[in-house]
Amino acid sequence: MTTKISIPDFSIPSRIDQVGVEERAARFTKRSIKNETKTNGLLLTLNMIDLTTLEGKDSEGKVKQLCSKAMHLHEAYPGLPTVAAVCVYPSMVKTAKKALGNSGIKVASVATAFPSGQSSAEIKLLDTKLAVDDGADEVDMVISRGRFLQGDYNFVFDEIAAIKEACGKARLKVILETGELVTLDKVRKASDIAMYAGADFIKTSTGKISPAATMPVTLVMLEAIREFYYKTGIQIGMKPAGGISKSKLALHYLVMLNETLGEDWMNNQWFRFGASSLANDVLMQLMKQRTGVYQSSNYFSND
Amino acid sequence: MAKEKDNTLRLKFDSSRNLAPAPESRSAAKIDSKYDLFINGKFEKPDSKKYFDTINPADEEKLSEVAEANEADVDKAVKAARNAYDKTWKKMPAKERAKYIYRIARMMQEKARELAIIETLDAGKPIRESRDFDIPMAANHFFYYAGWADKLEYAFPNRKANSLGVAGQIIPWNFPLLMAAWKIAPALATGNTVVLKASETTPLTAMKLAEIIQEADLPPGVVNILTGAGATGAAIVNHPDVNKIAFTGSTEVGKIIQRAIAGTDKKATLELGGKAANIIFEDAPLDQAVEGVINGIFFNQGHVCCAGSRLFVQESVFDEVIRKIKDRLESLIVGNPLDKNTDIGAINSRAQLDTIHKYIKIGINEGGEMFESSCALPSKGFYCRPTIFTNVSQSSRISQEEIFGPVLAIQSFRTDDEVIEKANNTPYGLSAGVWTDKGSKIFNLTTKLRAGVVWANTFNKFDPTSPFGGYKESGFGREGGLHGLSPYLNLGSY
Repeated sequence: MTTKISIPDFSIPSRIDQVGVEERAARFTKRSIKNETKTNGLLLTLNMIDLTTLEGKDSEGKVKQLCSKAMHLHEAYPGLPTVAAVCVYPSMVKTAKKALGNSGIKVASVATAFPSGQSSAEIKLLDTKLAVDDGADEVDMVISRGRFLQGDYNFVFDEIAAIKEACGKARLKVILETGELVTLDKVRKASDIAMYAGADFIKTSTGKISPAATMPVTLVMLEAIREFYYKTGIQIGMKPAGGISKSKLALHYLVMLNETLGEDWMNNQWFRFGASSLANDVLMQLMKQRTGVYQSSNYFSND
Repeated sequence: MAKEKDNTLRLKFDSSRNLAPAPESRSAAKIDSKYDLFINGKFEKPDSKKYFDTINPADEEKLSEVAEANEADVDKAVKAARNAYDKTWKKMPAKERAKYIYRIARMMQEKARELAIIETLDAGKPIRESRDFDIPMAANHFFYYAGWADKLEYAFPNRKANSLGVAGQIIPWNFPLLMAAWKIAPALATGNTVVLKASETTPLTAMKLAEIIQEADLPPGVVNILTGAGATGAAIVNHPDVNKIAFTGSTEVGKIIQRAIAGTDKKATLELGGKAANIIFEDAPLDQAVEGVINGIFFNQGHVCCAGSRLFVQESVFDEVIRKIKDRLESLIVGNPLDKNTDIGAINSRAQLDTIHKYIKIGINEGGEMFESSCALPSKGFYCRPTIFTNVSQSSRISQEEIFGPVLAIQSFRTDDEVIEKANNTPYGLSAGVWTDKGSKIFNLTTKLRAGVVWANTFNKFDPTSPFGGYKESGFGREGGLHGLSPYLNLGSY
């Protein structure tokens, strides 16, 4: 990129009207997605999933199982795409990398003292380095919400920029943890800081805080991406994470994506769902589209 | 290095305009092949013996035919209304009147789906709007005014609220059932009887309402519903035994009505045209403001008297706002009104489509820069792409005259005083919109904009509890809310 980017003054408050955002977000849910549009949307949803396991009790076996699921979502439905990535803690990156082989599925690792981000700069960089050295293709970092809410925007900016440097070739997703930012003004501000500091993706949540991703929050972030794109020509990805477990909701997100950022973003290079249970619901709906009947959840593997 | 397998699916989820059809089922609505006049609780053949067709503007197919009421029919309806007023309605305890109004409201809710489909077929408006706005809002007006019926002494303390008698009501084609509700509900709540004329292009939901009223067992003659064109309306206005005229429609006809009733003791409320200014300041939440502008002008194909048809954008954000509006235009779906995904449906009639095209031509000839959505239009039916004009001035006809279609005239401004002057520089004064993050600016503008409704950081919001009406040539009198009661009452002392 040769475009000269001028960094805006982050001390100027952002202006987002919550009522208007909620109305617009609700409007997307009025779209009626049927037949081939539905099938295509569901297939695309599968292809956009970051299949995730982020628990203290994660074991190598669990991660291997998850990777197997990622590659073979449902053999009863031939020709299914794979998910986009498997998302794990840094300690599991090696295992996941090995299990996924050359399937094309990326390994994403959370880093920077996930989920709270309450650690020193050195630890956060080491955490990132651990993940990248073990072969992570993508790094999902958390921002320091405490410093952000204090108004210490330069600190947050510098931290993201430093992690971006440590990522090397790995793509960086910046988790804003919108549930802790509370207002949409702050969501917009954090989105802008992350993008200008070098994020490849901006992501709503860790999944450890409620509320996680919501449509209004995601809309504000998509609009921030649109603005950034128009200003710099740089495309930034979006990843809502947490709380999207049903196909219908996922389709609403895709409608929102399509009508906000258009078709260039309608692929897993630029949009991801961070989810653990969404895949099975999508599979169930796809089988329904094909066979006309719903199957019991026992027919879909839990991993 | 082995090339990695590419798992990226591209654009399989079709672009926002190419969604698979999701039409509402037409068979869920029953439309008779012919409708008579609803007079004195019965459907009666017209004295004129004439019927005219009503068509679906989305495909120009005939839906049904309705009777054309002449002077004799109007006279019959007014006599029925007078009789019902004197013998039944005036004497009925208010809380009994309220029960009837409640019953109508509930029956409208029960038949909401059918009413929505018919409204969409007859008027061309998207099913999303008739389903989510027109029909629920119409029922809400009946619910709301049912509540007032036995509380008039609290609405007007220390005044005696006397009903007027027979109200002659004439409604337009843009919100057919909703306008009927706006007119009938307060009239009944205040103890008046009604002769209502539906618009000639959209009579069907009014006739369905007549069926509901009949089924609700409202005493015969309390509500009479006629169909016909201008001559029928004139017969109502000129009938000597009508006590009040309530009209919603064009300013031109409003003036004719006022001339006609001059010198009589008929009361009147007129809700006429508009050319609302939507004003975006540089400190506004721009994405939400743009959404408001889009809804303000393209709601119901722009067939809205309070549509935000003039946009004023502060110079410093002008280019950005125009870019956002153009992007948004591209994601609007224009097409079959019955499809649940349609954002902009069919223009109500051939005549209205011609008017809109005429104004678009005028706009281009005046040197306006036109931009329209690139969407394809259906081959049959009356459709118009959402259109915006920049490089427009105050002297342009497209920024002075009401187009009543999906056409937005955009100007820029520098200072607050300038935009207030420009916004008020119109014969109309129905509504306005202000978009800014600054509360004090909102209050400064709302006190200075000469418009009946001023929305701040939103647009086209309606509620039965909120009064609606105009300044200047946008009419007088208020409908909705407590204010909507008084035009149907003579307030005396005890």
